[in-house]
Amino acid sequence: MSPIAIRVAQLGKKYQIGAARRRHDTLRDRLVHGVGSMFRRSEPTPLETFWALRDVSFDVQRGEVLGIIGRNGAGKSTLLKILSRITVPTTGQVDIYGRLGSLLEVGTGFNSELTGRENIYLNGAIMGMRKAEIDRQLDAIVDFAEVGVFLDTPVKKYSSGMYVRLAFAVAAHLNPDILIVDEVLAVGDAAFQKKCLGKMGHVAKEGRTVLFVSHSMATVQNLCTTGLVLDKGGVSFWGSSGDAVAHYVSAISRHDFGWADLSDHPGRAGDMPSLIQSIALRAADAGTFRDTITTGDDVTFEISYDTGSLELDYAAIGVNSHLGERVCTVGTHLSPGFHGRFRGKGTLECRLPHLALTPGEYSLIVAIGTNLPRRNVDAVDDALRFRVEPGDYYGTGEKVLYGQGHFAQRSDWRLAREASQMLA
Amino acid sequence: MNPTVVIRPSRGTFDLDLISLYRSWELLYFLVWRDVKVRYKQTFLGVAWAVLQPVITMLLFTAVFGRLAGLDSNGIPYPVFALIALVPWMYFSQAVGRASTSVVNNAGLVTKVYFPRLAIPISAVLAPLVDLIAGLGIVVVLLAWYRIVPGWSVVALPFLVLLCAGTALAVSLWMCALCVKYRDVGIVVPFLLQCWLWVSPVAYSLNAVPAKWRLLYGLNPMVGVIEGFRWAFAGTAAPDMTLIAASSLVVVLLLVGGTVYFKHTEQTFADLV
Repeated sequence: MSPIAIRVAQLGKKYQIGAARRRHDTLRDRLVHGVGSMFRRSEPTPLETFWALRDVSFDVQRGEVLGIIGRNGAGKSTLLKILSRITVPTTGQVDIYGRLGSLLEVGTGFNSELTGRENIYLNGAIMGMRKAEIDRQLDAIVDFAEVGVFLDTPVKKYSSGMYVRLAFAVAAHLNPDILIVDEVLAVGDAAFQKKCLGKMGHVAKEGRTVLFVSHSMATVQNLCTTGLVLDKGGVSFWGSSGDAVAHYVSAISRHDFGWADLSDHPGRAGDMPSLIQSIALRAADAGTFRDTITTGDDVTFEISYDTGSLELDYAAIGVNSHLGERVCTVGTHLSPGFHGRFRGKGTLECRLPHLALTPGEYSLIVAIGTNLPRRNVDAVDDALRFRVEPGDYYGTGEKVLYGQGHFAQRSDWRLAREASQMLA
Repeated sequence: MNPTVVIRPSRGTFDLDLISLYRSWELLYFLVWRDVKVRYKQTFLGVAWAVLQPVITMLLFTAVFGRLAGLDSNGIPYPVFALIALVPWMYFSQAVGRASTSVVNNAGLVTKVYFPRLAIPISAVLAPLVDLIAGLGIVVVLLAWYRIVPGWSVVALPFLVLLCAGTALAVSLWMCALCVKYRDVGIVVPFLLQCWLWVSPVAYSLNAVPAKWRLLYGLNPMVGVIEGFRWAFAGTAAPDMTLIAASSLVVVLLLVGGTVYFKHTEQTFADLV
């Protein structure tokens, strides 16, 4: 076997900007443009292009566990999509030595009408396993997924935890020479996450090659041998995973690590003016930007705006879960202590004392607007992402854990006297 | 050692990579099996639908075209005449209808995992064969009812089914590659199929078409398929061999063109879908 598993040379991928708006071209557009151009004689507007990846080269040795880190939009997903052969590069070449399995999503191709057993076969086949291989692995998969007696129940009756476990179990038994994993470990309960990480470590120990994209620096540091930092489509660092994490953290400590530039952000609807300039998340005491906070922390959001001459009445922040559900909304108009309007350049501070969010991944939507009429003048979706980790919210020494619901709620308990006397 | 896989910007026009499609025949099998299974899983009448639809349509056709309009039916009872044509037609219409939107409907797969993309439309065209087989069962029952014994011509059936499936696949390849870019296709296809029904000899006989138009008419591959089915089952006049040849040629051209076009556009599927 070759000592090299993957060789990436001068890889580039160009996208057309505005493709998102044009992709549902209809024949009518085509016809209208065609007819129109006969009369207008105008030059067709040149498409703006941007390079999601540019001149990326690296080699991955067999048995190496490579962690790929970078900000949102740095090109990580594009790189994975090219390596998984989902999309085709614009320039460059990739040589892959050995069988490659990629896991960009858990449960790709699962059909809710089919039973667990049927989905194992379907999903396995989609990921490139042969039927004989699935037959051989079936017991191991069922064991790993802990679905046992529900094997012949349609997966639509499964709890979301069971569903995810089954999906990961199939992928984990793919046994490719090279495994590509995209942060699918952010799902499932803590115990199962641990099991998945263990499985990946095991895969690596067997001498297989793993490429792993994650936002969790701790995971990259623990699991990976090598780290690749992507920035704006290019390789900004290549080295040991520890050095890569250090490089990443220092390079972006003031950018997108609990801070996001919103002046030109894809989460803004096309017709909105860019009034909101940035959003930051700080730990209230230390004052540094954070993208990881703890349940029970005091935290502060900062919204910087430039409204020009426009006078605005409110600013609001919606907190969404990783599933896109609104968890809570805070706003100046919802704060009894805030009076006043704002305009020009400035910063609004929003303090959240004793954070009640439970552990998980969250994303913010930020909006500012007027009361008459009540409408958002500017709003940015998915403006900032952050992670909440288990913390001692109640001051009892017991941490609020994953899977304990959507928010922490203080409660007072006592043993009712009558009952206790009866027991005695 | 040579790399197992080389990923490069664009491949040649005729690099169809049919070998990897052949290698994933098991995937094809599972996709077909999924389509068949899921389709009837939550329906009350289940597979009975595969029988009811052609039978009811046959009754309507018999009432309207056989009795009211009194159309010529090549000397066989009109119900037999209609049903033999309806079974391949309904297969064709179902296969094209489903396969045309198949890539778009499987966007979740296309953007998340690699496998030969051709497997998607091919499986969508193969799945309704189950209905076709059920339909052929009713044809046999109806033939027995009318005491019609098919001659040796029935051995041509597999070829005719292949021609029919080939036609469906050829049209679908074009449509589903176009559909990724132009969603209009999802609206156009049902309408196209509706028109297609009337330019195929389903309700009427090929004899009703003036002789000088026959060759042009024969460019519609379903003409050869349907006339062939009637000949195979009910022993009507053997279809004109030039007609079958014309149909087959059109199918082969459409199929090759469709495959090349599909392979050419599939590289952008994940970016567009």
